[in-house]
Amino acid sequence: MTEISLTINGEPVTASVEPRTSLADFVRDSQRLTGTHLGCEHGVCGACTLEIDGEPMRSCITYAVSCDGASITTIEGFDDDDVMEDLRQAFTENHGLQCGYCTPGMLVTARDIVRRLPDADEKRVRLELSGNLCRCTGYVGIVRAILAVLEKRRG
Amino acid sequence: MKPAKFDYARAGDVADAIRLLGSTDGFNKPLGGGMSLGPMMNLRLAQPDLVVEVRKLDALKAVTEEGGYLVVGAGITHAEIEDGKIPDTANGMMRFVAGQIAYRAVRNRGTVGGSIAHADPAADWPTALRALGAEVAIDGPDGARVVPLSEFQLAAFTVALEPADIVTALRIPKLSPGAKWGYYKICRKPGEFADSIGAVVHDPERGRTNVVLGATDGAPLDVPALAEAVRAGTAVEIDDAKAALAAQGAVFDDYGNQIHAVALSRAIKGALAS
Repeated sequence: MTEISLTINGEPVTASVEPRTSLADFVRDSQRLTGTHLGCEHGVCGACTLEIDGEPMRSCITYAVSCDGASITTIEGFDDDDVMEDLRQAFTENHGLQCGYCTPGMLVTARDIVRRLPDADEKRVRLELSGNLCRCTGYVGIVRAILAVLEKRRG
Repeated sequence: MKPAKFDYARAGDVADAIRLLGSTDGFNKPLGGGMSLGPMMNLRLAQPDLVVEVRKLDALKAVTEEGGYLVVGAGITHAEIEDGKIPDTANGMMRFVAGQIAYRAVRNRGTVGGSIAHADPAADWPTALRALGAEVAIDGPDGARVVPLSEFQLAAFTVALEPADIVTALRIPKLSPGAKWGYYKICRKPGEFADSIGAVVHDPERGRTNVVLGATDGAPLDVPALAEAVRAGTAVEIDDAKAALAAQGAVFDDYGNQIHAVALSRAIKGALAS
């Protein structure tokens, strides 16, 4: 077991973890933050995407021991984030989810698109979403939702 | 989809990492971003006894210019290159290549040194950096050394590293302002492992013209006959690329022959048009 200290959704956390525990399992099982979902567990499907030190990353292939000193934001940590508020609204209005399994990862990726690529068009949005799989929506509603938020913020 | 048990140690500096990697006789691996090693461990294709974390070491994050080389620390991430946070001495080629690696959430953590050490045939850097004529800076129990990338990758997932060695930097020759490059990757879906990669660098001023084929079943492959065509400014059609591969004994299945020839001819067209 290895001791780690990190920040999760603004709260300091100290814990003892097995080296092989992924960050995703750590936040879900030890911290009861089950908004982070696990799909493929080898970095392909994007369901586990969360923010580490302000950047979206895969929590299924990142080990918790590697996150000593890091600041983690899971989907539960974005309640008061204004971009995420817009995205939640737009996902609802545009049918951006059905079963909801991919949604936490989709929203973290969508927020990164909105912040990093304010001029993104539909083609770019679809390209950026290639690392997040959704098996319900056919992506149409998700793409529409992200484009709506981009448009709104361009004013 | 959970890794086998392993021991973990965090290295304080490069010397500490080398010492830790050599501290037991088991299968010990340095961990950078873990975006290749992580999946391999989760799939239990890799079952290291000891993982030594080197991701945050300052020495591996350094980027310097030494004479005709840009020296990029092994711990620089794909996203840092994509975003232009290191100097562009390859006329945009490094940024172009970095931006197509996997997905942004992977590029944010995965490192150039890790990609080179992992040596997946379908990865981008082994092929792109070979075309640029890069060298690998290695440190280990016997001291530091530099190995040309063309001698570093021996086969799929097989490189010239001893058990306690780590890759510390990539030494990438700067291109002259008039140099041309082309890079064409074929994937069934953006971000997936490539089915084929063609990489071309043509820098007559520095006397360097390389045409390299990636995503084969082994190390990236130099295609000297096509480099000769690029030097001569001759157009290379798909059948020409097929013939060049066949002439040097690089024969794949029908799909492989076709897709590799397409990637090479498109990369060359891109370079000649740039």
